[in-house]
Amino acid sequence: MKPEHLNAIQETQIPPKTKEQLIDKLEGKDYSDAQFDEILLRTNDEYQRTRIEPCEAVGVIAAQSIGEPGTQMTMRTFHYAGVAEINVTLGLPRLIEIMDARKEPSTPTMTVFLNDEYRGDRDKAREVSWQIEAAPLHEFGDITIDMENMQVIVHLNKAVCDKRKISLETIVETAPKKIKDKRHYRDFEDPPTSDIDSGELIFLPKDRESYQNLFHLAEHVRNVIVQGLDDIERVVVRKEGGEYILYTEGSNLKDVFEVEGVDTTRTRTNNISEIASVLGIEAARRAIINEALDTLKEQGILVDVRHLMLVADMMCMDGEVKQIGRHGIAGEKESVLSRAAFEVTVNHLLDAAVTNEVDELNGVTENVIVGQPIQLGTGDVKLIARQIKVPFSGEKKPNCDVDERPIGPDESKSQISNEERLAGEGNVVPA
Amino acid sequence: MPSPKRVGKIDFGLLSPKEIRTMSVRKIIWADTYDDDGFPYPQGLMDLHLGVIDPGLRCKTCDQKASDCPGHFGHIELAKPVIHVGYTRLIRKLLRVFCRNCGRLLLSPNEVEKVVGTEDDLTGDILTEKDVKKERDCPHCGAPQFKINFEKPTTFSEVSIEEGKKIEHKLTPADIRARLERIGVRDPKTGVDYSYELKALGLNPDIARPEWTISTVLPVPPVTMRPSIILENGQRSEDDLTHKLVDIIRINQRFKENQDAGAPQLIIEDLWELLQYHVTTYLDNEVAGCPPARHRSGRPLKTLSQRLKGKDGRFRGSLSGKRVNFSARTVISPDPHLSVGEVGVPLAIANEMSIPVRVTHQNMEELKTMVLAGPDRPTLKHPCGANYVIRPDKRRIKLADGNLETVTEMIEPGTGYVVERHLRDGDIVLFNRQPSLHRMSIMGHRIKVMDGKTFRLNPAVCPPYNADFDGDEMNLHVPQTEEARAEAALLVSVQENILSPRFGGPIIGGIHDHISGIFMLTNKTRWFKKDDVVYLLQDYDFDTLPEPDKVENGIEYWTNKQIFSIILPKDLNMVFKASSCQNCTTCSKEECERDAYVKIINGDLISGTIDKKAIGAFDGQILHRIIRLYDMRNASNFIDCFTKLSIRSIMIDGFSFGIDDEDLTHAEHRQIEEKLTYAENDVDRRIKIFLEGELEPMPGRTAEETLEMQIMQVLGKARDETGKIAEQHLGLENSAVLMARSGARGSMLNLTQMAGCVGQQSVRGERIMRGYDERTLPHFRKQERGSAAHGFISHSYKGGLNPTEFFFHAIGGREGLVDTAVRTSQSGYLQRRMINALQDLKVAYDETVRTTGGRIIQFRYGEDGTDPMKSSFGEPVDVTAIVEAVLKEKASEEAEAR
Repeated sequence: MKPEHLNAIQETQIPPKTKEQLIDKLEGKDYSDAQFDEILLRTNDEYQRTRIEPCEAVGVIAAQSIGEPGTQMTMRTFHYAGVAEINVTLGLPRLIEIMDARKEPSTPTMTVFLNDEYRGDRDKAREVSWQIEAAPLHEFGDITIDMENMQVIVHLNKAVCDKRKISLETIVETAPKKIKDKRHYRDFEDPPTSDIDSGELIFLPKDRESYQNLFHLAEHVRNVIVQGLDDIERVVVRKEGGEYILYTEGSNLKDVFEVEGVDTTRTRTNNISEIASVLGIEAARRAIINEALDTLKEQGILVDVRHLMLVADMMCMDGEVKQIGRHGIAGEKESVLSRAAFEVTVNHLLDAAVTNEVDELNGVTENVIVGQPIQLGTGDVKLIARQIKVPFSGEKKPNCDVDERPIGPDESKSQISNEERLAGEGNVVPA
Repeated sequence: MPSPKRVGKIDFGLLSPKEIRTMSVRKIIWADTYDDDGFPYPQGLMDLHLGVIDPGLRCKTCDQKASDCPGHFGHIELAKPVIHVGYTRLIRKLLRVFCRNCGRLLLSPNEVEKVVGTEDDLTGDILTEKDVKKERDCPHCGAPQFKINFEKPTTFSEVSIEEGKKIEHKLTPADIRARLERIGVRDPKTGVDYSYELKALGLNPDIARPEWTISTVLPVPPVTMRPSIILENGQRSEDDLTHKLVDIIRINQRFKENQDAGAPQLIIEDLWELLQYHVTTYLDNEVAGCPPARHRSGRPLKTLSQRLKGKDGRFRGSLSGKRVNFSARTVISPDPHLSVGEVGVPLAIANEMSIPVRVTHQNMEELKTMVLAGPDRPTLKHPCGANYVIRPDKRRIKLADGNLETVTEMIEPGTGYVVERHLRDGDIVLFNRQPSLHRMSIMGHRIKVMDGKTFRLNPAVCPPYNADFDGDEMNLHVPQTEEARAEAALLVSVQENILSPRFGGPIIGGIHDHISGIFMLTNKTRWFKKDDVVYLLQDYDFDTLPEPDKVENGIEYWTNKQIFSIILPKDLNMVFKASSCQNCTTCSKEECERDAYVKIINGDLISGTIDKKAIGAFDGQILHRIIRLYDMRNASNFIDCFTKLSIRSIMIDGFSFGIDDEDLTHAEHRQIEEKLTYAENDVDRRIKIFLEGELEPMPGRTAEETLEMQIMQVLGKARDETGKIAEQHLGLENSAVLMARSGARGSMLNLTQMAGCVGQQSVRGERIMRGYDERTLPHFRKQERGSAAHGFISHSYKGGLNPTEFFFHAIGGREGLVDTAVRTSQSGYLQRRMINALQDLKVAYDETVRTTGGRIIQFRYGEDGTDPMKSSFGEPVDVTAIVEAVLKEKASEEAEAR
């Protein structure tokens, strides 16, 4: 490609993505200057033709474009997306979940990408996965209940601990603490930290009389999580596109970012509200778009991103992720009538009365309710043509001006009032 | 009739007792409605001052007839105040937040400022109950405050502590009202206005004084709002609201009498409570903790709240959704001879519906013949008639056999006569099928009046409506004004909606037989004689045929590709892969075994088969390219052409599918048998491994889950293999294969199930597990895990299912049905919510997206300002098309020059 052609492409007023496509298409092809000019001209022309028209009701189109294929989607909640081992909610339930802006999705998962150092090596990836996957104490040794002495004995397996890169000290230290903090069980005495090297831990219940208590304690000791993050129940390591990627069941973005070896720029979760709190609202907007697009794509449904962008922008407009529905956007509208027509009709009316709300009748529902044109599309154009009386050239009765007004009994009346209305509002009537 | 005035805004507020009395035309004191003569009691609930509903009577207030009188409010003076149920929460809040003694806010001015902001700029939050600490002394007068208890629905009480004991003391509505009256008023001594204290709570005391939430007067709605109906037996049946008002007045009068007679406190309290109950249920009959008032039949009454609420309530049922005239509905049926933009309308409907036309000099003669033809148009051959003539004084004259001549004489141009004429060919109407899930569910069609009783439409417009002809009905609306017709023709018409704004591709295109037909025509190479060519192109307007491809024995032959090329635009250049393409690793291009490499140069189909990918709805590559290169009109012409061509071509060979098309030879059956036995044994082997405890579980799964997954896999593979065997035997001469290949309908899976093996039935993605104790059906042993015991159907549909298989098939089939039922309601609600959230958004003149209130949502629509409908599958510019068009064009020109 000639440099002047490249320059010409870069200088035209078209989106960067189109420029890239154009360069990509022309690369290595044989063409003349005239042909190039023709292509560039046509590209520009077409770009100008595809502009969105003012007054277009883009919101309704977006809602329809996402809602209509909803009928074609499957209900089946569980699907195995990519990774056979991990269940993910997909289809319509997932789409509803995204639009509901739930605090926690029904199947939180993460895709953890790794740093340069770790991504190429299976063992290194495994190391990271151990730091993330919640591992209960019983995975690190045998736990026995000593009924005679009323105690729970843990024999730590040194080999396992070494393999999973965790020192005996940390286990001894964290286990009792976690039982107290996370599992809220306090009826035991801290095991002595003296002879760690033997790999033996002894838990004594405070109440030495009850076997039930002893079994309770054993249960807690067995399941206390000593390594990894509490929220992440399972991690699967997979090789994809030449690198190792961790898929998790459960999500905790903030803590995963702290783990060494994690590539924080690419790692993501399907928990949108978590993204909003950790990475901010712009990231949450992206997450909504990506999640919704992936859900639709998985079902083989083609939807333009622009529709999803609009929905995401609407949801994130105020700096927090808001639900599509009663407790979010629809419930916080300015118009009383619009809210009343959506859900919980009576309460909205009662509240509007005591707080002296005023409905300015800007929106669609309000104007439909009072029976006047809505301010979208052709209803939004405030343009009035002055009537010109054209004398009728054919047969003509004396003293009879031809009325060129449109057909319909009362059209004339409404036009006059239209003019008055506009004049009253101080609108400029284009000449 | 359009309303001459525009509603600017709507203010909401509370009615004060004073206002209620002012707007009232009559004080109502009689609990009865009509006397024995059927005449309303004066000062009764049906008082003639409140408006009239019986025809013939005149309203005593406005002296208008029933049709013109809007009705007037009356009022009831309540013996004692009662609480408005809707405001109990507000009352509770006010009682807790304001001093019981001096009526001041239980916060110091500084504390208020912290929450609300400074006095002259109330920018902060609204005060809530939580901002005021419980049971503290009033910071203004020092009076101790007590805990306010609230019991649903309307009981308030105060817990005071006397001598160390808690004493609960009931607050009557009168007590509460007295307290509320003290809130936020001007202090008579100091002259300080405390109304800001109410404003801090978000209340506006000028519009809504807190004490007005406790009613002393009740407005009586006009009779027009609660009309009584006369039953067949001549009895009057009153509206639910009237019933409730009768109850209120009856108790109210009894209350008054008792009060005047000085009845004991206990009786007064009982009556007060009863009055409260009636007023409560009058306002809302679904209050928690309050038994609903019932009709004599036991049906709960529909009172004020119930009238507004819900899907069929006033808001959603009557205000947001309105009924219309000039609409028709009937069954739809296909007619491939219509253009996509047309709709066939039965004569009976065309004669019933009308379009108003103003009489002018230009159209008078024509309209006169219509009026003369009258309301009956017996057959299509007769001229179009008219139903009504509207005189300049707005009187309608119904045309009937008797008055046709006189009315025809009457009509004059330029004076305001309007003729309501019948529909005729070419009129534009709106056509709709429910559910209207997207905007293409309503499109503008041109009418074609036809015999028969169904609406006819070209099958190519089925996809946007999601219509089929298994008994679907559709609606038709006739726009009545010139403005509406212009919008219908320019914005809503079918040809403007070929592209879907959802993904920027064509949504209208060939379906089913269109695709089979065009596939049969264009696949590989065939030669046609002249008469066949002319037969195929019968519906296409063309002057000359191209040069014949070959001449044999003096007979001219044209290729199938030549025939298709005739309907293509002459400067179309494109290359793509058909839907029968198998995505081979190395594409053999023009030499493709399946003829799936489509190449069009200068409007000539060089190679490739035309199928779903080229002309189908949702995919239609050629269609899409034509829209981008030319315009919508060309595209809709092209659709008309190829649908007709393909229907003709499918008729040349004939196309059918029968039970013997699923026949396989013994050899294939043996192969299938073999595969299935192998799979069955494989499953049994795996089960054995599992039972011996030798199965290595997958990470994170139990051994049992692993086994299930393996079994599913093995059986799935077995079914696919039987399908392959069937496929090898059945070639393109089999109609089902042809349909699957071309993308017309069905898939190879369907054929596999018919000829090979139906396969595993599943519930929630797993093998069927439920049933009797430890087994699915009594035909199996307990704990059996084999393939047949859990829903594997090894027979084909043709071969027939055995009884257990039949059961499993029904189980699997039911899941599908339940799924659809649940899904429709869920996705419907999702869509309603989304529409409600986004409906007010529009693109402003500066490309920003704003709400109608003016808030900016996006600075540039979709980040690049591209309309998804005009985009090429999401891209603002179809670069490939442009490059292909320019380079191919020039290349061939050079070739010619050489």
